[in-house]
Parts: sequence; structure tokens; C-alpha cells
Amino acid sequence: MSPAGNGASLASQPLPFATPAHVRLKVEQASYAYSATDRSAPKFTLGPVSFEAQRRELVAILGPNASGKSTLLKLLAGLLKPLSGRVEVDGKEVSELEPRARAQQVALVSQESELLFSLRVWEYVLQGRYPYGKRLRFESDEDCLMAGNALSQVGADSLRDRWMDQLSGGEKQRVILARALAQRPGLLLLDEPTQHLDIGGKVELLRRLRRLADENRYTVVVVTHELNLAAEFSDRIALMHKGKCLRMGAPVEVYQREVLEEVFETPLEVEIRSSGRPRVILSGNH
Amino acid sequence: MRPLTPKRIVGICAGLGALLFIEVVISLRMGDYPLGVRDIVATLYHGALGQWDAVPSEFKLVVFGLRLPRIALGILVGAALSTAGAGFQALLRNPLADPYVLGVSSGAALGAMLSLIVAPHTVGAIQIAAFVGAAATIAAVYFLGRRGGQLDSATLLLAGIVAASFLSAIIIFLLTMVTGTELRSMTFWLMGDLTAPPPTTNVLGWFGFLFLIFVVAAGAMYTTSSDLNLILTGEQEARHLGVNVNRVKMVVYIAASVLTGLAVSVSGAIGYIGLLVPHVMRLLFGTDYRLLLPTSAIGGAIVIVLADTLARTVVAPTQLPVGAMTALAGAPVFIYLMRKRMR
Repeated sequence: MSPAGNGASLASQPLPFATPAHVRLKVEQASYAYSATDRSAPKFTLGPVSFEAQRRELVAILGPNASGKSTLLKLLAGLLKPLSGRVEVDGKEVSELEPRARAQQVALVSQESELLFSLRVWEYVLQGRYPYGKRLRFESDEDCLMAGNALSQVGADSLRDRWMDQLSGGEKQRVILARALAQRPGLLLLDEPTQHLDIGGKVELLRRLRRLADENRYTVVVVTHELNLAAEFSDRIALMHKGKCLRMGAPVEVYQREVLEEVFETPLEVEIRSSGRPRVILSGNH
Repeated sequence: MRPLTPKRIVGICAGLGALLFIEVVISLRMGDYPLGVRDIVATLYHGALGQWDAVPSEFKLVVFGLRLPRIALGILVGAALSTAGAGFQALLRNPLADPYVLGVSSGAALGAMLSLIVAPHTVGAIQIAAFVGAAATIAAVYFLGRRGGQLDSATLLLAGIVAASFLSAIIIFLLTMVTGTELRSMTFWLMGDLTAPPPTTNVLGWFGFLFLIFVVAAGAMYTTSSDLNLILTGEQEARHLGVNVNRVKMVVYIAASVLTGLAVSVSGAIGYIGLLVPHVMRLLFGTDYRLLLPTSAIGGAIVIVLADTLARTVVAPTQLPVGAMTALAGAPVFIYLMRKRMR
């Protein structure tokens, strides 16, 4: 797998299908349906969706609101059990794993939730070690070491004694990411992590996720609305539309003008940059 | 990085415990019958060892017969209310939640009133009726507060508020129909007071029974303290990290309700303790529930013993209900905390 920066080769040719040993995440015809009550007709249906993600891969899930992105992410996280099909992480059906065992393999960063009472950064990051102990637990030296490593990985060493509610948006997002890394997962799932960040923070976060995938062998799946950042940093894109995975592939394959216009219902233009990565701009005639 | 250790919890609790002990000795001194610190400590020491011959009988009566039961009741009620308050604040994800917010106290007061009307002279009836009233309200609010088969914080809070106002209306209705001494007893349930005598002559057994209920309920809540820490930073992530959120909510709901029912059935509705003490402990020792629950319990005991000592001495020989004292001091603190949060 090519690291970031070697985008031209990535973009110009489809990825070779992974050999099973490298496959971390395998989604096979997975589907899901929500309904108001058990007896009523489903209000929203997802799938069936199929794709694979390897170690060191960054996959972006794109699509308009209510297209099924978050539902797909919950299926990957094992929080929902697929109605049909399978979601496997390292060869095991993820929704059937015991929650703590699952949390040691898969980390989920949800959309930001408000903290009721503030706590110190290191206390927050240590919470990521919860799956490694008994229910009522006190942290071991190893837990502290892992939490410290996680903070270093996101460049947040200096924040460790700060209060969570005194951090900037970007700092907070890094700390939330550190808690996920303290779980020592192989698969990292993020639900719209760029939502509350300014453009600098967004780029920094995506760059960091790219580096975690390249250098630390994480498989990263990120749900986002940022078309251009996704094109710039991800290996593959899943484009969701009305509960279906419309396209799956390298950014340059997925970013086709007609397809994007249909999905986002907005006139758009796609240009290919010198790096070989596509860029989406608003079309002039709207 | 200095993670919380059991040693640190024990250390802090021992410090608070010592503070409580000093306060208890001071409180035992206060009153019409003068007692020296040395007399009190000697009386407590010999009493604890069962050496009654070494204790003057009037000391025994004043310390063990009059003042200590009231202090012990205060300790129990303060600890129960504060622990329940900390639990409800996490459960309802609302820092301004207190043990009475779900209508538990109104239910207990109604139960107590009905027992005063139906069986005014039956020993223990009022405590049992108050507890049953609290339990019935808790059950009703629980079933009203569910959404999609799960406890939903906002729905639960609304159901509690509605239940409380409905029950209050019935209480007002009953108040208009009673007179004299009954009215005075009923006011006691609405204001909160520690002067109620135990319903049995076996005072030690009675307190043993009450403390046993406290230990079981507070202990059950304590087993969820690591889980509560995670739930407070986001329910979905807690679920993903392996916390059984529904089970934790159920345990906290039942335990906090039992603690509230326990307190309210022996002392009426003493306000503000369950709301404010957990906040003060958070300010002092942080938000970690593994430390917050035990410090809140001891802190609640400290505050209520202080409040009750003041209540029976500031306007002596007249005694104020302790609930009036806590409300007097608690309301300004509450407003301060609320304003601070809004800023």
C-alpha cells in the first residue's frame, strides 16, 4: 500500500485486491433497517454494502445527510447487528464479539458529546483503557504508559494536565483521538471528526489520521462531509446515497461529475490536480 | 499523570471521617445540659465497649439517649441523600438534579400523610407508608420515563416533574382537610426534620437496619462508578467501550431511589443536601465517581450534622427543622452554582 504523498499511483490505478492476511475489515453484503416499531415498515434501509479495508488504509465514507453513513459506521463498530450479511474485523464477526474484546480491536470516535463535568485530559485518555480491566477498576502502570503513548501519538503531551473544557476545538479532537488510541485498536472509526474544526484543524486532523495509518498500521475509516480533504488523504472512498453504497474505489474513480451532482443535488465540477487527486469545486452556473 | 488509587480514596475518606468525628463531638457538647469534651469522649469510649458502670447515668441519657441518635440519623440521612444526588446527576445527565426531582419526596410525604389519617397511632406505620409512597412513585416514574424500552434521561426528568406536581396537588388537598397536631406532623414531612423518635425501643437494632440498607444500596451504586465516569463523557462511546449502559442506569436508578426513600421515610424531605454536596465534592476532589461517591456520602453527613446542630442551637430553646436550615444556606449556594454554569 502506498503511503500518502504518492497519490498519483494511487489515483491512477485501482487498488489490487487485498490478500486475506492484510485485510482488517471485511464487509460482505451487510444491510440494516430501522423502523419505528417492530411491526411497521422500515423507515430507513441500508445496504447491502460490501467492501474491504486493509492495514494502513484510510477509507472515507461520503454522502449527503441521511444517506446511511452513520448507520454504516455503527455496523462497522458492532453497535448494530447487520440484518443480513457480515462485518468482520480481523476475521471475526464484530457484532458477536464481547463488548470489551471488541473495544480492544475497534475504537469509535463519535460526534462530539458535551461533557457534563469537566475532567483532566489524562483522566479522559485513561478511560480508553476501560476494556482492559474489571468493571470497577483502578488504572495500572501499563494503562498509564499506554495513555501516555496515545497522547504522544497525537502530539498532545503538553495538554495532559489541562481541563477538557479549556481546550480549543482542535486540541479537544486530538485528545478524543488519543483516548481511542489508548484502546490499542487495529481499526479506528471516526464519525464526522472535522465537524467543529476550522480549515487548519481539519487539514491537521486528516494529516494525522493519514500518518497513523501509514506509520502505525491502523486501518482508519472516517465519515466526513469534506469532499476535497477526503480526496486528498484517503486511499478509498465509499460514496453513500439513499442507503446504498453507490461507488467504492480510489478518489479519482468515485469523483465523477455526474455521480457527485446526482448525489449532492448541486452543480459541481471535478478537476484532476497534478498530484492525480481529484478536486471538487462549485459549478459557476447554479 | 496520577491515576486514582484505592489508597488515595481511603486517605481522603479517612480525613473527612476525622472531620466528621470532631464535628460529632462538638455537636454532642451543644445543648441545654453542659458536657465537657473529655466527658463526651469518655462516655463514647466506655459506651462503645459496653462498660456502662463507668458512665454517669445522666451522661448516658444525654449522649446515647438524646443527642447521639439524632446525630446518627443525620449522618445516615446526609450520606444517603448525597449519594443518591450524585447518582441522579449522572443518571439524568443533569448537574442540577437532586434526589427529590423525580417526585420521590412527594410520594413519601403523601404516604406519610395517608398513614397519619388512616392509622395515626400505629408504631412504624408512618415510616413504612413513606417508604411505600416513595417506592410507588419511583416505579410509576420509571414506567413513564421509558422510551423505546430504555431509560431516557429527558423523558424520565419530565415524568418526575409531572409526578411531583401531581402528588403535591393531592398533598395540598389533604392539608386543607386536617387540623391541629396532624397538620404539624404533616408539615414535618414537607420540611424535613431529624427529631422523629425511632419507632422501636431497640434503637441500636433500628439504626443497624437503616445502615444496612444504606450500605447495600450505596455499595451497589459504587460497583458502577467506573461505568458512570464513561457514561458522563458520552453514552454511545461508553457503550462502545464495553459499558452495559442499560444495566448501569437500572442499578443507579434503583439504588439512588432506595437511598432517597430511606432518607425521606425517617426525616421527611430535607432539601439541597443531595444537590449541593456532590458539587462541592467535585470542586474539592474532581469528578471521578470512584472518589466522588464515598466523599459525597461523608460530606453529606458532615453538612447535615452541622445544619442540625445550628438548627437546634441558634434560636434555642426553640428548634428549627433542619430542612429550613439547609434551604436557608443551600438556596444561595445553588444560585451561585447555577449562575457559574450559565456563564
